[in-house]
Amino acid sequence: MRKILSSPSGVVGVMLLTVVMSAAAFGPWLAPYDPQLFHAQNRLEGPSIAHWLGTDHYGRDMLSRILNGARSTVLFGLGATALGVCAGSIIGVVAGVEGGRTDSVIMRLLDGMLAMPELLFTLLIVTLLGGGTLQALLAVGVAFTPGMARIARSAVLSVRTREYVLAARARGESRAWIVLREVMPNAIGPIIVEATIRVSFAIMIGATLGFLGLGAQPPSTEWGLMVSEARQFMFRNPWGVIVPGIAIAMTAMGFNLFGDALRDAFDPKRSH
Amino acid sequence: MNLSYLIRRLGAVVVVMAIVTVAVFVITNVLPGNAALMILGENSTPENLAALERQLGLDRPLLVQYFDWVSGILQGDFGMSLRLGLPVAQVVGSAFINSMWLAGIALAGVTLISIPLGALAAIKRGTKYDTIIGVFSYVGTALPEFVTATILLVLFASPGNTIFPAGGFVEPKEDFLAFLNHAVLPVATLGLVLMAHISRQVRSEMSEVLSSDYVRAARLKGLSERRVIWRHTLPNSLAPAVAVISLNIGYLLGGIIVVEEIFAWPGLGRLLIYALQNRDLPVIQAITLVLAVVYALSNLISDLVIAKLDPRVRYA
Repeated sequence: MRKILSSPSGVVGVMLLTVVMSAAAFGPWLAPYDPQLFHAQNRLEGPSIAHWLGTDHYGRDMLSRILNGARSTVLFGLGATALGVCAGSIIGVVAGVEGGRTDSVIMRLLDGMLAMPELLFTLLIVTLLGGGTLQALLAVGVAFTPGMARIARSAVLSVRTREYVLAARARGESRAWIVLREVMPNAIGPIIVEATIRVSFAIMIGATLGFLGLGAQPPSTEWGLMVSEARQFMFRNPWGVIVPGIAIAMTAMGFNLFGDALRDAFDPKRSH
Repeated sequence: MNLSYLIRRLGAVVVVMAIVTVAVFVITNVLPGNAALMILGENSTPENLAALERQLGLDRPLLVQYFDWVSGILQGDFGMSLRLGLPVAQVVGSAFINSMWLAGIALAGVTLISIPLGALAAIKRGTKYDTIIGVFSYVGTALPEFVTATILLVLFASPGNTIFPAGGFVEPKEDFLAFLNHAVLPVATLGLVLMAHISRQVRSEMSEVLSSDYVRAARLKGLSERRVIWRHTLPNSLAPAVAVISLNIGYLLGGIIVVEEIFAWPGLGRLLIYALQNRDLPVIQAITLVLAVVYALSNLISDLVIAKLDPRVRYA
């Protein structure tokens, strides 16, 4: 942790994440209004004393909506990434540990999946599953799987022939024991770093799906959906698109900066 | 150029494409509701449905349908669009050209700007240039295309103050200037995100070169800083820079989907969203394949360029 806080970008990342995480944890209590309450007299307003971040086309308080949307946005990013990391790690570790034909078959399949741009792949799966928050989460998780599997595999390959693994093998330890106790703890670093950075991608893809109408559905306070709803009125009240846009960017940037700082802390050689 | 390397790489591309066709076919055939249901709608009778399924060949085993589809593609026949009543090859073909204009201009612009930007940040490491470029690239990476696009629209296309058109498309052969004018905002949207990615990665690659032993040796020899950078650092940073750009092609191809939808640019992305919303399976399959082929070929080309630039990887 001290290493992470030693770089300015790490400090900014931790600060952004603290703000976002507190919004996610306490947002509904901090919000000054009910996020779905219509203030019909104050529609499409800019920031004011009554509504710090303005109001949307129904006169709903933007600050309250952003605060309420933080939890689902962060949970979406974490959930989708966790899904992709778990599935990808299992596949990658199996490929790395088994080696030989299993490895090459798995890798060819992954190459095929990686040959499609990530957003395209996600869109295909979302359409297959039908729109909705949970479906979008599953889709992003599945789309992350091949990339994570590759990283997990190369992490496993890099520790597979280390002395402590050979020693465990020579001791006659079971394969499961070797994988869980010797290989995994030493291969987990790169996986965690990649996962942290991927959370920001997951949040951005989730918001994009919400924007395209394939993710969260109205009257959800998902940030991408908020941008999409406010777009109709963007020339009358640009705050409606700028506020959730900044919220998305802050969250994504927080995870990005934190992930980079984490990488530098794990691997001092790469810190330029 | 080593011929066997080229053949091996082309072979790998063919294998990957074969896997992609299987993946696309499986995904699109698991989609709930088949083409016959799409055409007839929810109120169709079972008899009508069965008849149309037979007519479209949907009652045959999946394996037969798959090979039929693939052999059609190999002959340039992607089938008929279920919604537009036109051959898929024709619809996707014209959309492909429009998309390539957009992606090509964005990529060219980004390459010209972000490589010098990244190099400058690496050379001036730790100075305020580096900080400014770093902040820019972090902000740019964290902004999804739809947010950048919307902000650009508010800034440059508001009704009272229209500097650039808010969307639409003009054929480049009809009026090239109007075409460029319509391309400004979509290209800028794609460019901002890509520039952020690429300049950051170029900076990191170039920093690595700058801290390498031969650059230190060149400095210790007493060469001028200019010579160290122009003769020793930049040529060796070129191959990583090409690699960085090819890594971002996938991002670009994903980006055009959103950008075209927002700016009403009649390319593959907009067509894909339309096809997804209307379950136009042959169009979805064709677009997915085309994007995958472009992605694979651009990776191949960049690998060949890298092999040309850096003799060490030629036989890898």
